[in-house]
Amino acid sequence: MSGAGALIARVPYCAWLGVAARIEDGAVVLDLPFDAKLIGNPILPALHGGVAGSLLETAALMQILHEMGTAKMPRTVDMTIDYLRSARATTSHARAFLVRQGRRVVSARAEMWQDDAAKPVAQLRGHFLLG
Amino acid sequence: MTDQADFWREAMRKGMGQTAFLRALGGDLEAYEGGRGRIRLPFAPHLVGDPETGVIHGGVLTAMLDQVCGMAVGSALRKPAAIATLDLRIDYMKPAVPRVDIVVESECLKIAHEVAFARGIAFQTERDEPVAIATATFMLTPIAGAPA
Repeated sequence: MSGAGALIARVPYCAWLGVAARIEDGAVVLDLPFDAKLIGNPILPALHGGVAGSLLETAALMQILHEMGTAKMPRTVDMTIDYLRSARATTSHARAFLVRQGRRVVSARAEMWQDDAAKPVAQLRGHFLLG
Repeated sequence: MTDQADFWREAMRKGMGQTAFLRALGGDLEAYEGGRGRIRLPFAPHLVGDPETGVIHGGVLTAMLDQVCGMAVGSALRKPAAIATLDLRIDYMKPAVPRVDIVVESECLKIAHEVAFARGIAFQTERDEPVAIATATFMLTPIAGAPA
């Protein structure tokens, strides 16, 4: 298990969601298998918007920890999530990019996708305070 | 308000309150009417995002705020429509205190033809000391065949 994978396994909420982490091309990629408890809209069915938000924010936090080499969890200051497509009842993935790394604050964006990485289902832009 | 609107509202309240993810988190729907909503989320170990401090994960707040803002819109609708979040902005005002319930409240600001706007707050013991505030926009899609 990678460092990011071991780290994420220690976060109770991520373990409960079922999020796993791997490193690909220097970036943390999160994988979240579908589970019935993640449903927000039973008619479509679609994942809850909060699941997408959770995965995206976690991707940003993990990427910051990975790139900055710190162990202390950054604090989210603000974030905006755009919901681009409905997230279907299948495995989801997310990865983040650090747009600017300051001494105190990091500006990051993250994308979530399912079958096709070229068709993101949600994206995040946010600011994170370093510990 | 017509009987049909009442019927729709009741169906919506049940549906909203029974969202699988809200139930799994442990959220308890406390209010849902007139363009406002309130959910209480008791603290539980599976919500923790930082094992060092015991503070709940930000994603939990995101889920609760998304849900409660959508509910505010749902309770303000005059015609049946599917509600899909278009965007959600969250500002974290201060860290949540570990092992204390979270309460989220929302109000619908505007129902337009195709979109709706809402805002929400998350707090613990003091309503005027929010943990987070949210602004949300939703797409509305009329439901064919539903009681008008």
